[in-house]
Amino acid sequence: MAAVTGSEIPPLVEHGSVPRSIPTRIKDVWEFRELLGNLVRRELKVRYKDSVLGFLWTLLNPLLYLAVFSVVFGVILKGAAPRYGLLLLSGLLVWNLFSVGLSSAASSIVSNGPLVQKVWFPREILPLAAVGASFISFCFQMIVLLAGLAAFGHVPKFSMLWLLVPALLITMMLATGLGLLLGAYNVYYRDTMHFLELGLLAWFWFSPIVYTFDFVGRELESMGLSSLVAGLNPMIGPMVAFQRVLYNPENLSEADQALHFPLMLDQGMGFFVGLLAISFVFSFVVLLLGIRTFARLEGDFGEAI
Amino acid sequence: MSYTAIEVDHVTKRFKRQTGGPGSFMERFLSVGRGSSVEFNALDDVAFDVAAGQTVGILGHNGSGKSTMLKCISGTIRPSEGAVRVRGSMSALLELGAGFHPDLTGRENVYLNGSILGFSKEQITEMIDDIIDFSEIPNFIDTQVKNYSSGMFARLGFAVAVNLKPDVLLIDEVLAVGDEAFQRKCLERVRGFQRDGRTIVLVTHSPDMVRLFCDKAVVLDSGKMIYCGEPHDGVVVYRDALEARTGIRHGDGTPTELNKNQRDTVSLVGVSVDPPADGGESHHPGQTIRIRVRFTSTESIPAIRLAIWLYSHDGIMVSNFSSADILGHDLLDIEPGVSEVEIVVDDLPLLQGSFEVTAALQDVQETFEYDRAEAPTSFSVTSGGTSSGRVRLKTSISHQQLEPGAIDPVRPAEASA
Repeated sequence: MAAVTGSEIPPLVEHGSVPRSIPTRIKDVWEFRELLGNLVRRELKVRYKDSVLGFLWTLLNPLLYLAVFSVVFGVILKGAAPRYGLLLLSGLLVWNLFSVGLSSAASSIVSNGPLVQKVWFPREILPLAAVGASFISFCFQMIVLLAGLAAFGHVPKFSMLWLLVPALLITMMLATGLGLLLGAYNVYYRDTMHFLELGLLAWFWFSPIVYTFDFVGRELESMGLSSLVAGLNPMIGPMVAFQRVLYNPENLSEADQALHFPLMLDQGMGFFVGLLAISFVFSFVVLLLGIRTFARLEGDFGEAI
Repeated sequence: MSYTAIEVDHVTKRFKRQTGGPGSFMERFLSVGRGSSVEFNALDDVAFDVAAGQTVGILGHNGSGKSTMLKCISGTIRPSEGAVRVRGSMSALLELGAGFHPDLTGRENVYLNGSILGFSKEQITEMIDDIIDFSEIPNFIDTQVKNYSSGMFARLGFAVAVNLKPDVLLIDEVLAVGDEAFQRKCLERVRGFQRDGRTIVLVTHSPDMVRLFCDKAVVLDSGKMIYCGEPHDGVVVYRDALEARTGIRHGDGTPTELNKNQRDTVSLVGVSVDPPADGGESHHPGQTIRIRVRFTSTESIPAIRLAIWLYSHDGIMVSNFSSADILGHDLLDIEPGVSEVEIVVDDLPLLQGSFEVTAALQDVQETFEYDRAEAPTSFSVTSGGTSSGRVRLKTSISHQQLEPGAIDPVRPAEASA
């Protein structure tokens, strides 16, 4: 970005008729990483601007879930797993990371319309910033979960702790890939966001967040299938990993373990790695598809918004 | 160092025109972004170069493709064929403050906007004081932008765009922001850019701007480049193309057909000059002429401003005034329907030649235009006398004999100035 005062000739930028290649795109995003950081910061700043509690709202949301669900399922509707709020939150936070990231990524191109129409920068930055902001919120919400786990004396499954890293990467990859895909279509068809809203609702209930993974696994096994088939919902892998590691059913009494988590506790490391591997393949394909579709549709964003 | 800053390499941009009934949802879903149905060329094989340090003006009527051209240069839309190559950082003064977020403060927005344009935090920190000074809103810089007036918003936008000192600056008819003093400052800054050897692309339909600022003119007509070269000749080509397009005849009092777009509520129907009262071909100095502007409105509007420009045929602006200048206030209480405004110019101060009148309807803050006459209306003035030129000065003359030696000799320095 040297000014013309120097004697050197500034670098060339070409805007041709052919979409830039995927490696070039990645390089361009890297060069604009500072913008990415700024957009993430903007997203977070703007969310709670003018509110008295500000960032505390990010923490209050999971705190409320924790309290309400603990009461509802622990006191009113007995029969759910003990410390149900912690179980719920272990899956819900990952789901929120995914669904909030995806929805804001899918709307990011349209909601930044004026910018997209006027200035060039790698457009992928916008969905990426949306997922990035969702990740930062996730990190803060994790504080609530970890505090809750500590308060109830739940010890994480340390030997599987590393699983959380691929679980998070897969979740964000999936959100980014779908976000790119839907974000591009949303420019041309505003139906996309309505479609996504319904899709996420269905997806939520098809994921073991409110109920335990054992229900799904048992059903699959009664059909003569491996419970790994559940991995076809690519969000199950990351969620189950979080539940296994953080909520860690081993903290429950033997009776409760046998009652609520016989299947999950029966599985060794290999099972979770397998689930995550399926999710990874799925997410990677979606990401590639997302990048390619985005590249193809990007050319007329400036006109179609 | 001289190099080509912008190379527009045979750019064609096709758009799909909306056709009758939509296809099935799946059909449309699968064909998004792929070529199909009726297409038209917004740009058709346009090719030109801009050398570093040059200022190029892109002239064209509405819909000629000049904004599409600018979008291709800025990279916000992708050409269907050909390519645009740009050397160096680029900043677009398109809609000022396009990247501003209303909930962030002015300062935060400056940093954000800077990084959108590709500048690092350190670079922006170096320049932030200049930006704040230039914007003339130091007391508001830490206020959320949503509390800014539209003028402040535009000032800050302009301050960011020009103070970040991009190698290439794209300007799209936005210099009409703020008060006159600020406008002068903006134009002065554009001059400064030129002195620094930066490259400027100016999109406009004002021939004046092209003549005043540009080294080169590119004229677009229906997506095709019909001229590329000297600004003066470019303006002539542009005017000829406009006349050919609208088929105006000179001074016969028929309203010219005008374009109708921008804000839909009000549209300019016509600008006409009444034919000379004596039934002759042209007006004479000292006569009264009447300019009529007719417009329609679809709703009641409390106040509207009519701006009139008068040019001589070679493009020099003779006068620019508005209804507010004449009345001391704007045209008030516009009712739905057709309105006609008559402007009477008494004691015509024009002397000789062909002149052009054009008009625009603006809101009273002059933040947007409802409509603008695309083609000017012509009338001619002939003087019976021997004097020549464009303007008739009201003169008086006296003569007296002086004593010898009463006149100072003219000093050499002044004589050569």
